[in-house]
Amino acid sequence: MSTGEIPYIVKPRADTGLYNAKLGIWLFLASEVMLFGALFSSYILLRVGATDWPRGASILSVPLGALNTTFLITSSLTIILSWIALRMKDLPKFKIYMGVTILLALAFLGIKAYEYSLKFQHHLFPSKSTFMAVYFTLTGLHACHIIGGVIVNSYLWGPGSRMWKTDPERFTNRIEIAGLYWHFVDLVWLFLFPVLYLL
Amino acid sequence: MSSDAHAANSHEMPFWQKYIFSQDHKIIGIQYGITALFFLLFGFFLMLLMRWQLAFPGQELPLIGKWFGEANMPGGVMLPEFYNQLGAMHGTIMVFLGVVPLAVGAFGNYVVPLQIGAPDMAFPKLNMASYWAFFLGGVVMLASFFVPGGAANSGWTSYPPLANIATAGQTWWLVGMVLLITSSLLGSVNTITTIFQLRAPGLSFFRLPFFVWAQLVTGFLLLLAFPPLEAAGVMQLMDRIFHTSFFMPSGLMVSGQPLAISGGGSVLLWQHLFWFLAHPEVYVLILPAMGIVTEIIVNNTRKPLNGYRLMVYSLIFLGFMSFIVWAHHMFLTGMGTAISAFFQATTMIISIPSVVILSYLFLTLWGGSIRYNTPMLFSLAFLPMFGIGGLTGLPLGLSASDIPLHDTYYVIAHFHYIVAPGTIFALFAGIYFWFPKATGRKMNEFLGNLHFWPSLVCMNVIFMPMFIQGLVGVSRRLYDGGASYDFAQGVLHLNKLSTYGAWGLAIAQIPFIINFFGSIFKGEKVTSRNPWEATTLEWEAPNIPGHGNFDHELKVYRGPYEYSVPGAAKDFSPQASEKI
Amino acid sequence: MDFVKLFPLTPVASAHGQEIDLLIYLVHALMLVLFIGWGIYFILVLFRFNKRKNPNANYLGIQSHTSSYIEIAVALFEAFLLIGFSIPFWAKQINTFPTRTDTMEIRIVAEQFAWNVHYPGPDGKFGKSDPKLFDKQSNPLALDRTDPTGKDDVVTINQLYLPIGRPVIIHLTSRDVIHSFGIPNMRVKQDVIPSLSIPLWFTPTRSGQYEIACAQLCGIGHYRMRGFVTVQSQADFDKWLSDQAAANSASGSGDDFWN
Ligand code: HEA
Ligand code: HEA
Ligand code: CUA
Ligand SMILES: [Cu+2]
Repeated sequence: MSTGEIPYIVKPRADTGLYNAKLGIWLFLASEVMLFGALFSSYILLRVGATDWPRGASILSVPLGALNTTFLITSSLTIILSWIALRMKDLPKFKIYMGVTILLALAFLGIKAYEYSLKFQHHLFPSKSTFMAVYFTLTGLHACHIIGGVIVNSYLWGPGSRMWKTDPERFTNRIEIAGLYWHFVDLVWLFLFPVLYLL
Repeated sequence: MSSDAHAANSHEMPFWQKYIFSQDHKIIGIQYGITALFFLLFGFFLMLLMRWQLAFPGQELPLIGKWFGEANMPGGVMLPEFYNQLGAMHGTIMVFLGVVPLAVGAFGNYVVPLQIGAPDMAFPKLNMASYWAFFLGGVVMLASFFVPGGAANSGWTSYPPLANIATAGQTWWLVGMVLLITSSLLGSVNTITTIFQLRAPGLSFFRLPFFVWAQLVTGFLLLLAFPPLEAAGVMQLMDRIFHTSFFMPSGLMVSGQPLAISGGGSVLLWQHLFWFLAHPEVYVLILPAMGIVTEIIVNNTRKPLNGYRLMVYSLIFLGFMSFIVWAHHMFLTGMGTAISAFFQATTMIISIPSVVILSYLFLTLWGGSIRYNTPMLFSLAFLPMFGIGGLTGLPLGLSASDIPLHDTYYVIAHFHYIVAPGTIFALFAGIYFWFPKATGRKMNEFLGNLHFWPSLVCMNVIFMPMFIQGLVGVSRRLYDGGASYDFAQGVLHLNKLSTYGAWGLAIAQIPFIINFFGSIFKGEKVTSRNPWEATTLEWEAPNIPGHGNFDHELKVYRGPYEYSVPGAAKDFSPQASEKI
Repeated sequence: MDFVKLFPLTPVASAHGQEIDLLIYLVHALMLVLFIGWGIYFILVLFRFNKRKNPNANYLGIQSHTSSYIEIAVALFEAFLLIGFSIPFWAKQINTFPTRTDTMEIRIVAEQFAWNVHYPGPDGKFGKSDPKLFDKQSNPLALDRTDPTGKDDVVTINQLYLPIGRPVIIHLTSRDVIHSFGIPNMRVKQDVIPSLSIPLWFTPTRSGQYEIACAQLCGIGHYRMRGFVTVQSQADFDKWLSDQAAANSASGSGDDFWN
C-alpha cells in the first residue's frame, strides 16, 4: 500500500464493512431524516394548533398525486435494476434503466409543476393559509431533492459513465450510492403524499 | 515506499490549486483557521463598539465614531438600531463564523487525519466545498451590514415575530445561515467517515486520542442537530419572502396596524427548532475545546490520562443527552410542571458527565511532572474558567431559580465564561501546541506569556461583574446597559469596569498577533518532528507534512497516552513505536 | 448568615420571593464548595507537581476514589434541589393559581414598547373589547365602553397599582412580538407571547415603588420598555381605583407614557 492514497474508496474496510462513500451517504441521509423529520414535526404542531384545517383532497388533486407516487415507486425499482445491470457487467442495460429512472423523475417534476400552476391560477399561493404554506414548502423542498437527484443521475448516465471503462467497481459503487439517495427521496414522498393529499 | 511519488505530484499543481482551491486537508484546515481568526477578531471588534455604548451610553465614540455613517452612529453616537445589529451579529459571528470553524473546521481538519494516521480526509472535494460554503456564508453575513436597514437585528436567536418583521438584513442572515449549515453538514459527514474508515492499522477506537473522540461526537451533533435549524430557516425565509405564516399567529398588530397575513402559525415552533439545534451547538463549542485541552494537559504532565474510558463514555453520554435538554432555554414560555420537571432533570443529568470529565482532568495532574509552557498555561486556565461557566449553568437549569435570572446578564456571564476564557483559551492553546507541526517553527514563549496573563485577568474583569448585574436583575440586550432603570443604578459602574477589561483584552491580543505572524517567518526552528515529546501519531509526520502526510508506514501498538511507563527508556512511548 | 450578603439581589417584595432566593443561595453554596474545593486542590497540585519539584511523573497517578464520591454527592445534591425545591415550587407557584376570594385579576397587553394594563374596575369584571374600536392613542385595548361591565374598567399604560397582601393574577399577552414581563423585586418573570394568554401570580408583601423590566429583545425600544409597580395599602388602592374609574370612562390613557 502506498502511504499517499486514501484507502477504502472502493473496497470496504474490514472492521466497519463499508467503503467510504457508503458510510458518507448513510450519514448524509441521517441528517436528511432530521431535516424532513423537523418539517413533519412542524406540520403536526401547526395542524394540532390550527382552528380549522382543510382536507388535502379538497384542494389538491389526488389522482395527480397518485400518478406521481407510482412514477417515483417505479423509478426506485428501475434504479435498482440499473445497479443490478452493472453488477451483471451490462452497461447498455444500465443505460436503459437509468434513463428510465431519469425520465420518470422528469415526469414527476412536470406533473408537480402542472399542479403548482393550477394552484397559482386559483390564487392559491403559499401565503393563502398554513396548509398551502406547508404544502408548497414541503413539496418544494422535496422537488429540490428530486432535481438534485436528476442532475446526479444524468451525469452518471452520461459523461460519468466513462468511469465504467477505467474503474468499473467504483462506478458500480457510485450507482449504489445514487440509488440509496433516490430511495430516500422516494420514501419522503411516500410520507408526503398521504399526509398532504389524503389526511 | 512512494513518498517521492506524491511529493512530485504536489509540485506540479499550480498555485491556485495548491493554496486556494486546495483539496489537501492541511491547507483547508489552515484556510479555515485564518478565516475564523479574522472573524473572531471582527466579532470582538463589534463587541468593543457595543461595550463603548454600554459604558458610556449616548456619548460620542471618539475618533472612529463618525466612520459608521449617519444611519448607524449620527455624530458618532450609536443608535439603538445599530446596537441591536451589533449584538445579533456578534453572537452569530462568534458562534458560527468564529469558534465552530476554528474548533471543527481548522483543528478538526488539520489534526484529526494526522492523529489517526490518515493520508487525508475521506472526501477531499467535499472538504473543499465545505470550506467555500462557509466562506460564502461569511461573505453574505458581512455584506448584510450594507443592505438597507443594516444587518440582522433580532438577536442571534432570531425569535419571530420580531425577526419576521425585521429589516432585509434578516433575510441575508437566513441565507447566510443556510450556507453555514450546509458547510457544517458536509464537514461533519467527512469527519465522521474519516474517523471510522481511515484509522491506521492497530488504531482501535479505544486507542484514539481524546481529541479525536471529541471531534467524532461533535460531528454527530452537527450532523443531527443542524438540519432542524435548516428547516426552521427555510420556514422563516418562506415567511419573509412569500409571506406565509409558519411562525405568525393570527391577529398580530404592529405599530397599531393589523398585519396582512393569513396567520395561524406558531410562535414557539421556532424556539423549539432553534434550541433543538442550539443546545447541541453549545456542546459543539465546548467538546473540541475539551479535546484540545486534554491532549495538552496529558502531554505536559508526562503521565497517562486518568479515567480515559470513563471520559469517553461521558463524552458519548453528553452527546446523547444534549438532544433532550433544549427546552431549558424556554422555561418561561409558559410551561407546565411535568414538562419543566423533565427538562430540569435532563439538564441536571447532563451536568454530571461534564463534572466527570473535568474531575478526571484535575486528577490527571496528580503525580505529574508539570511543564508550564504557553499551551499548558492556556489549557490549565481553561479548567477553572469552564468550571465557573459550567457551575453557573446550574441555577439556570433549575427552573425556579431561572425565573429571576433568565435573560439577564447572569446568562451572558454564564456562557461567556465557557466560550471566551474557556473555548477561546483552548483554541489559543491548540494554536500554540500544533504550530510547530504546521510551520516547522515554535511560537515565542515570552510573547506567549505576555498574551496569557493579561488575557486571563481581563477575561475575569469583563465577565465577573456581569454575574453581579445579572443577580440584580439587569436584562440583557439593553442598548443603554440598564441606565434607565432605578434598580440597576447600583451596578452601572460595573459596565465601565467590563469595558475597561475589554480594552485590556484587546491590547493583550497584540502580542499574540505579532507572535503568530512573526513566528511563521522568524520563529525558532524546531529540530525534531516531535518537539513536545508527545505520543500521538501526528508527531510521526514530518513537520509541514507534505501531500499524503506520512513518509513511512504506521502501525499502532498502544493507547494514546503512554507517558512515564515504568521501565521505558524515555518518559514517553509513542503509539507507533514497537518498543516501549 | 453572612453568605447571603454576598448576593446583590434586590429586596424581596413578594411572598414567594424568599423561596427563590433560598434556592439561589443553596445552589450557589454547592457551586462555591465545589469551586473552592477543587480550586485548593488545583493550586496545590500546580505547585507540588511542577517539573522542578517532581522531575519524574508517576505512571499510575492518583489511586483514591474520593472524586467518584464527590461526583455522587454532587448528583445527590442536585437531585435534592430539583426534587426538594424546584419542581414543587413550580407546581405550587407557576402551575397552580390562588383561589382566595380576595384574589385580584388584571390583564396586561404588551406592545412595542409599552405595557397596557387593564383592571376590571370596582365591579371585578372585564369589559368586552372589539378590534374595530382600536385606537393606538385613545383606546389601545379596543375596549367597548358601551358594555356595562366595561364602563368602570381602568386602563393604564406602564402603571401597575397593587394592594399589599392580596394575591394578584396577571394575564399576559402581546399584540406584536415576544416580550418578557419581569419585576426583579417580585422575583417574577414571564415571557409574553402573542396569541397566548399566560397567567402569572404573586402576592406583594412590601409597599413601595418597583420597576417592570422587559427581558426579551423586542426591537429598538426594548431598553426603554419599562413600567412601574406601586404597592400600597388596600385603602389607598381602592381610592386610586375609584378615582380612575370615575375619571376615565371617556379617555383610557394612562399617566405618563408620553414623557
Ligand atoms: C459552550 C457553551 C455552553 C456550555 C458547555 C453550557 C453548559 C451548560 N449550560 Fe448553558 N448556555 C450557553 C452555552 C453553554 N452552556 C449559551 C450560549 C446560552 C445562552 C443562549 C442565549 O440565550 O443566547 C446558555 C444558556 C443556558 C440556559 C438558559 C438560561 C436562560 O436563558 O434562562 C441554561 C438553563 O438551563 C443553561 C444551562 C447549562 C448547564 C446546566 C450546562 C452544563 O452542561 C454545565 C456542566 C458543567 C459543570 C457543572 C462544571 C463542573 C465543575 C466542577 C466539577 C468544578 C469546577 C471547579 C473548579 C474549576 C475549581 N445554559
Ligand atoms: C463563541 C461565542 C462568543 C464569544 C467567543 C464571545 C466573546 C465575547 N463576548 Fe459575546 N456573545 C455571544 C457569543 C460569544 N461572545 C452571544 C451568542 C451573545 C448573545 C447575542 C445576542 O444577544 O443575541 C453574546 C453577547 C455578548 C454581550 C451582551 C450584549 C447584550 O446583551 O446586549 C456582551 C457584553 O459585553 C459580550 C461580550 C463579549 C466579549 C467582551 C467577548 C470577548 O471574550 C471576545 C474575545 C475575543 C478575542 C480574544 C478575539 C481573539 C481573536 C484574535 C486575537 C484574532 C487573531 C487574529 C489573527 C492571528 C489573524 N457578548
Ligand atoms: Cu419588550 Cu423587550
Ligand atoms: Cu442549553
